[in-house]
Amino acid sequence: MNINDLAVGQEIGSHTFSFTRDSLVKYAGASGDFNPIHYRDDFAKSVGLDGVLAHGMLTMGAAVQVAVNWIGDAGKVIDYGVRFTKPVFVPADGVAEVFVSGKIAAIDLEVGTVRIDLTAVSSDVAVLGKAQAVIKL
Amino acid sequence: MVNPNVQGKKYPETPSYLVGREKIREFANAVFSTNSINHDVEAAKSAGYADLVAPPTFGVVIQERSLHDVLADPEADIDFSRVVHGDQRFVLNRPIVAGDELTSVLTVASVKALGAHSMITFNTEIFDVKKDLVCTAISTLVVRGGE
Repeated sequence: MNINDLAVGQEIGSHTFSFTRDSLVKYAGASGDFNPIHYRDDFAKSVGLDGVLAHGMLTMGAAVQVAVNWIGDAGKVIDYGVRFTKPVFVPADGVAEVFVSGKIAAIDLEVGTVRIDLTAVSSDVAVLGKAQAVIKL
Repeated sequence: MVNPNVQGKKYPETPSYLVGREKIREFANAVFSTNSINHDVEAAKSAGYADLVAPPTFGVVIQERSLHDVLADPEADIDFSRVVHGDQRFVLNRPIVAGDELTSVLTVASVKALGAHSMITFNTEIFDVKKDLVCTAISTLVVRGGE
């Protein structure tokens, strides 16, 4: 990919991720985050939550895949940050969908980097804020 | 409330963590990665890497181990059941690859009160065996106050 061919505002693609309870259990095991708010309804309710929610880090880790798929190389992401704005509740017997899309927000020709801004929406609300990934071309 | 006196506190280096191929594959599958260099050693090598490349957020596995020490620290006084993740960032000097042996050092960057809640920000610096900085993971947790 040639940086000179890219333009600010250009869309890089999108993907809908489907989170189930299985996804949360898999992510808990992979990451080592075994907070029971991510798999036990009774526990989630006992700490004042409406239900079991996805790890913010699962949403973060999935969202950046849209940028990774665009560049085709996971090793080129040199900086990635998000704010967790809203929880993604995942029902015991259903699916929570998270729609992620990205566009080029800034291009630095001197250092050869591109900043991708990602949006992640579930049930019509933004679940990530300021989701920015810097890619070294 | 989180004890504001832990601001600036540096926790001891975590024991070495050996990054395995199957752990990278397991993590990559969990975050819905289909990028071949997260799964296929030959693809990673053809792309110029020493071995399988970890997804950009893999540093959380190392951060989690550091964070465990803070959550268990009576001085910090953090009620884990009231913790919500506020924000997260990874600054990567290079990607983490299979075969890396990583240690980390966590520093409490700040503790702030926000009404009844506390916000605590950690910097976890992740080093390889040569003591080169691989990644800095920056995490803010919100500890909800009692109702």
